[in-house]
Amino acid sequence: MDAVLETRSLCKSFGALTVAQNIDFRLRPGERHALIGPNGAGKTTFVNMLMGALRPSSGRILLGGDDVTRAPQAQRVKRGLGRTFQINSLFRNLPVLDNVALAVAERRRIALRMWRAAGSYKEIIEESTQLLATLGLAGDLTTPIVDLPYGKQRLVEIAIALGLRPRVLLLDEPAAGVPSAEAERILQLLEKLPPEIAILIIEHDMDLVFRFARRITVLVQGEVLLEGTPQEVARDRRVHDVYLGEQHHG
Amino acid sequence: MMHGGGYTVDARIRWPEWLPWIAALAGFFLLPEYLSLGARILIYILFALSLDLILGYAGIITLGHSAFFGLGAYVAGIVSAKLGITDAFVQMAAAAAAAGLLGALTGAVILRTRALTLLMLTLAITSIILEIANKATWLTGGADGLSGVVVAPILGAFRFDLFGRTAFLYCLAVLFLGWLLARRLIYSPFGAMLTGIRENTQRMHAIGAPVYWRLVGVYTLSAVMAGVAGALLTQTNQFVGLNVLGFEPSGELLVMLILGGVGRLYGAFIGPVAYLIAQDLLAKQFPEYWYLGIGLLLVAVVLFARGGILGLIDKWMPFSKPAASAKASAR
Repeated sequence: MDAVLETRSLCKSFGALTVAQNIDFRLRPGERHALIGPNGAGKTTFVNMLMGALRPSSGRILLGGDDVTRAPQAQRVKRGLGRTFQINSLFRNLPVLDNVALAVAERRRIALRMWRAAGSYKEIIEESTQLLATLGLAGDLTTPIVDLPYGKQRLVEIAIALGLRPRVLLLDEPAAGVPSAEAERILQLLEKLPPEIAILIIEHDMDLVFRFARRITVLVQGEVLLEGTPQEVARDRRVHDVYLGEQHHG
Repeated sequence: MMHGGGYTVDARIRWPEWLPWIAALAGFFLLPEYLSLGARILIYILFALSLDLILGYAGIITLGHSAFFGLGAYVAGIVSAKLGITDAFVQMAAAAAAAGLLGALTGAVILRTRALTLLMLTLAITSIILEIANKATWLTGGADGLSGVVVAPILGAFRFDLFGRTAFLYCLAVLFLGWLLARRLIYSPFGAMLTGIRENTQRMHAIGAPVYWRLVGVYTLSAVMAGVAGALLTQTNQFVGLNVLGFEPSGELLVMLILGGVGRLYGAFIGPVAYLIAQDLLAKQFPEYWYLGIGLLLVAVVLFARGGILGLIDKWMPFSKPAASAKASAR
């Protein structure tokens, strides 16, 4: 099967510091793929390169078979790439509904309309409301993000990305900083996401990774150490040494 | 009144929003000896409104907004004094087009930068335009200013009179149109998108907004509006001087908007009123020290009322609370 998202020998270095080295990566349609690795392995750098927030030093990025290595973020999003941020990146002073509606409006290409009031675009408001309802946020539509509990803010992160109806979704530690009971709820929601969306998740919580992902890529110091099924990764000695071992010790 | 716009806000005009227009008409009838100050205030409101669009909503920080105001003023004057075109709307259209062109060209260059760099570049641009106006004496009159500006009666019927009645109503009508457009824009999806850029540029990129082009777009619109304000100044004074360009009018405008309240639409109304009336009163009393009074006023606002005068009104007046639309909250 063709990959919806692919990198070929992707490299990135800041001066002498190499943060990505010849990363070959393939994400297939509808796949549930996890990217794991110790702190500083270059996971977020990798996501930033995929999104176009960071330009790779060399190598190629293919989205749906097309080379997007030099394409700006906006074009990649229009081709179906969506992301969430490890640290909440929301419109903090705007209501929950607006956070999602801005994304929906971009996707539906009405963001440049200057005459009618935003509130009169019923289709935008309805779609955003329904999306938020599926994530259990129906009661918070007019609440500004600053007044929302942290766990719900993490859900808004996901809701904004879903508002783009992505074919490929990059989740950068969706449960970061969330207590385990709420992390469980986030995981349940992730499991219910439409199966046709290909998802790459970066996560530290190993239980979550092993439950959610069907394939796992292990990144160490900017290099792919191993790619395989959760069983293969769990059995691998090297993974234990560099990553799981580190967690068990500390 | 926050006037943040967005998808949960009721965009219908509420009654306090008619107050400025009632006040302006009342002023017209009750204070005929102050009409020239009044016209100046109306012009600066339009100018401040244009600044609020980019600063208050899109978050573009600038010290060079006088470039567009000044260019508009000079173009309107040159079209009249040098080309002999006396139709007010042709002069204004030329001013708007020139300012918009300058906005698009300079915006395309400088809006790739941010914060302090952007601030310095905007200042540099208005300083360059000032220097050009200063040196090109054959066209602009240089330091002597450009006189001989003639404006034919508006719509062929309303002659600019000695008492400034026509000038005042003309400025009021143009401001009203500018306000209608700005208000529409702020409440539209475009306005919501601008607020998104101000709130979180990183996220706007991640939802697929070509942020740079959007900023160039709103910068150009704002420049057009500032250019129209500049044309009004020329037409009502029948004269243009170098004082419309450079740092001083830009800084003055910024002070007015901060006094009134940034990103609140009506801050652009209250600021120039407060500033120009204070200037008028203080300058008569203390011709040498009146800037001190303005300075103290600004310090007080920055220390005690970060939302400007309008922010204080928001705090104390129940009617001005933003109302979430019933539709959105009922669901």
